[in-house]
Amino acid sequence: MKYFPLTDADRDEIRQFLGIKETRELFSDIPQDNVYFPMDDVPSAVPEDQLIKRFKAYADKNSFTRQLSFLGGGAYHHFVPEVVNHLSLKGEFLTPYTPYQPEVSQGSLQVMFEYQTMICQLTGMDVSNASLYDGGTAAAEGALLALRKARKKNTIMVARNLHPEYIEIIETYIHDLDEYSIKYVDFDRETGTIDIDHLEKQICDDCAGLLFQSPNFFGVAEDNRKISDVLHQKKVFSVQVVCEAMSLPFLAPAGENGVDIIVGEAQSFGLPLGYGGPFLGFMAVKKEFIRQMPGRIVGETVDTRGKRGYVLTLSTREQHIKREKATSNICTNQAWCALRASMYLATMGKTGLMNISKANHLNAAYFVKEIAKFDHVDIKYKKNFFNEVVLEVKNKPVTQFIQELENKGILPGVPLKWFHKDYPSALLVNFTELHDKADIDKLVDVIGELK
Amino acid sequence: MKDLPQLIFNKSGEGKIGYDFSPTPFGDDLIAMDSDKRRDDVQHFPQLSEVEIVRHYTNLSHLNHSVDSGFYPLGSCTMKYNPKINDKIASMEELNAHPYAPIHMVQGNLEIIKTLETLLVKLCGMAAFTLTPAAGAHGEFVGMKIIRKHLAEQGNPRKIVLIPDSAHGTNPASAHFSGYEIKEIPSNEDGIIDVETLKEHLDEDVAALMMTNPNTLGIFEKNIREIADALHANGSQLYMDGANMNAFLGIVKPGDLGVDVIHLNLHKTFSTPHGGGGPGSGPIGVAQHLVKHIPVPVVSQKDDGSFHASYFNEGIGRVKNFYGNFLVMVRALVYILALGKENLPKVAEDAVLNANYIRKHLEGHLDLPYASKTLHEVIFSDKGLPVKTLDIAKRLLDFGIHPFTVYFPLIVHGAMMIEPTETESKQTLDEFIAAMKTILKEAEEDPEKLQNAPYNTPVTRLDEVRAARKLQVKWEAESE
Repeated sequence: MKYFPLTDADRDEIRQFLGIKETRELFSDIPQDNVYFPMDDVPSAVPEDQLIKRFKAYADKNSFTRQLSFLGGGAYHHFVPEVVNHLSLKGEFLTPYTPYQPEVSQGSLQVMFEYQTMICQLTGMDVSNASLYDGGTAAAEGALLALRKARKKNTIMVARNLHPEYIEIIETYIHDLDEYSIKYVDFDRETGTIDIDHLEKQICDDCAGLLFQSPNFFGVAEDNRKISDVLHQKKVFSVQVVCEAMSLPFLAPAGENGVDIIVGEAQSFGLPLGYGGPFLGFMAVKKEFIRQMPGRIVGETVDTRGKRGYVLTLSTREQHIKREKATSNICTNQAWCALRASMYLATMGKTGLMNISKANHLNAAYFVKEIAKFDHVDIKYKKNFFNEVVLEVKNKPVTQFIQELENKGILPGVPLKWFHKDYPSALLVNFTELHDKADIDKLVDVIGELK
Repeated sequence: MKDLPQLIFNKSGEGKIGYDFSPTPFGDDLIAMDSDKRRDDVQHFPQLSEVEIVRHYTNLSHLNHSVDSGFYPLGSCTMKYNPKINDKIASMEELNAHPYAPIHMVQGNLEIIKTLETLLVKLCGMAAFTLTPAAGAHGEFVGMKIIRKHLAEQGNPRKIVLIPDSAHGTNPASAHFSGYEIKEIPSNEDGIIDVETLKEHLDEDVAALMMTNPNTLGIFEKNIREIADALHANGSQLYMDGANMNAFLGIVKPGDLGVDVIHLNLHKTFSTPHGGGGPGSGPIGVAQHLVKHIPVPVVSQKDDGSFHASYFNEGIGRVKNFYGNFLVMVRALVYILALGKENLPKVAEDAVLNANYIRKHLEGHLDLPYASKTLHEVIFSDKGLPVKTLDIAKRLLDFGIHPFTVYFPLIVHGAMMIEPTETESKQTLDEFIAAMKTILKEAEEDPEKLQNAPYNTPVTRLDEVRAARKLQVKWEAESE
């Protein structure tokens, strides 16, 4: 088998050198009645050409590629320039491990340093870590960070218009930590956003922070400045969650609006949809949080000759030093996804990124304008959306509406009734730069036919 | 030695374009966002042309050591060769679905998930697997939460998790974030858990033992059955950290040995690339009594052969977005199918042969703290050497070899943890052994040479103390 460089002669020679007759002797510490179990029900080796055929057969059972998709809700279909694929697949980037030996890892380390810088530029924060698993786990880590930093306060507030999957993940993370509890803050059904007066009343003495999403799950940008101000008056941390990182170049930077911690999902920066993973969790904070932050951080330093170089730093926060007292259990993170994001951001550059994020918004805005001519559907929140809108279907069950669009080759969006009982007849429709005017016109036309 | 490439921000030039944007037909009059919520610039963000981007990253890539460029015997990390066909198949556009695509349109993807789950069940002898966790430590966290849920359902989640002193730091951290206190138990003179010592620690507060097997000394916990029995008699659970599965893939099924929960690292045993520190995938296998507690979503096959994803069970809830790191799973499945039943046991056989070949060659030259049989990796100490472990490691860099894991496990003084894996040739092992012997000779004759190493790397030793004291964790534009 081609992955094994040892020849039978090598194996004989090694066994002879070790003074054993059979390799099996090396496994003598394993209970002997269990070794070399029968593998009759495991398939036989498949050569490479047949592997491709086999996976083409799996692929043939997928039919989504023939559909025009407007699915979003935490995973977004953006264009990825070929240089990102080409460069990120280089073995020198794909096949090392965490840069524990910085002298032979300066490539990965400098890329991470540049990644941290670009995340700070996009968010307006002081410090970014080198990645977390995904948006949902980053949100949970953000909640834990706020709780740790607040020390004696043990309640984390969570806005109800956060991505429902993120809420579930936060619940799972907090559930077994008996000292902590979650307090939910409801949102205004009319605007889809957090009502500041309501929020103010909800803040308790034990509240460490509020996790709110902007643009929120319904696609609407929250007023993160007002939210942060209200929170800060009661010494509560403002933790912003972002599911759609493409909004960052379009919206005012969180750091300038009082946000203390920003966490989220950066899949939109150069990662394929990949049926949901691997994605890229990001976290950036104000500098006073850095020593409580989870995950790897790369710092600049000099070598013995005084030349610039990079290392993993502040590792005394981490599990391999602090064990159960670490700020997180994370070890392997999403370094290669962060590398792809770096490459994507650098390739798009300032101009590309500003243009693309604006195009996302304009595509959604064009749809909102065009769809207004129909009475059988309505856009629920017409202002301050980024690239996602809530479409209410008034003339038929939403499942039937979606089915009829599917029959015409369109995946119109994510039905909100999966997540919220208050939205039985609505769906979340997403627009990116990959949709051209004809795609949006087609969606509008077909919806028009479903009167 | 050349200087490092300039930071990308210093290569930036106003007006340069790395991507030709197709102009939008829509004007700004359509903008529906309040102007005070918007921004009109990302200050100092890079601007480069495509060729400059390509050169920047290509030059940076040359500064990395990787599995593709040379030997990488980093113990406990299983730096085996990452087959290229895995990446090719994982990049198939037809698998690249949106996670909320209608279930009937992604039957192929769900079949891939279910097929991999089924194969891991067969290879580990567990009742079920969940592929949701994103990495090994995430799997540990999920596994401990499953145990806690089960114990809570029995009436008492209990308080304490026992962890041997040789354990990886993620074990205590994961148990802590699952709501447990940690009690460390000492390894015995053979480097393994002593059954009697374990029993002394068992009381009604003990929820579980987290045991790496083979442990971080590369030694199989040969009393695993008695350990499992003692735990179960106490109402406690056995969690097995399967990070070292490369030592027994196709040789033994942990489920046959009394294990209740195991996590695997697809990026170790199953050849998916480490990516410079992720993405990984940390599937969890559970015994029958824990199946109902695995996280959602749960993929299943209906009687008509179609696949289905369920979001409701009596489990611990959701631990990650969507289905986990699907494209990592694809690579692992390609790998298992490529090897097949004929070759799967050869992974462990060759990995263990290679490790023992290195052990026997070096044991006269380096202190071997535990005489027990080693499997896939061997651990030496720096006892009696005129230099530190770090100096040997740094000197190895000059030979084009990535050093072993240093100073871990913590119970071995100046530990050198060497894991060659099965994907190295005898020639490579011989070169490594020769390099080690040369370095050890240098250590006797000219220790300073090692203390100042490396010499042939893009940078020399870096000042880590300065990095932590004078924190500089991003590039800043010089003030105008």
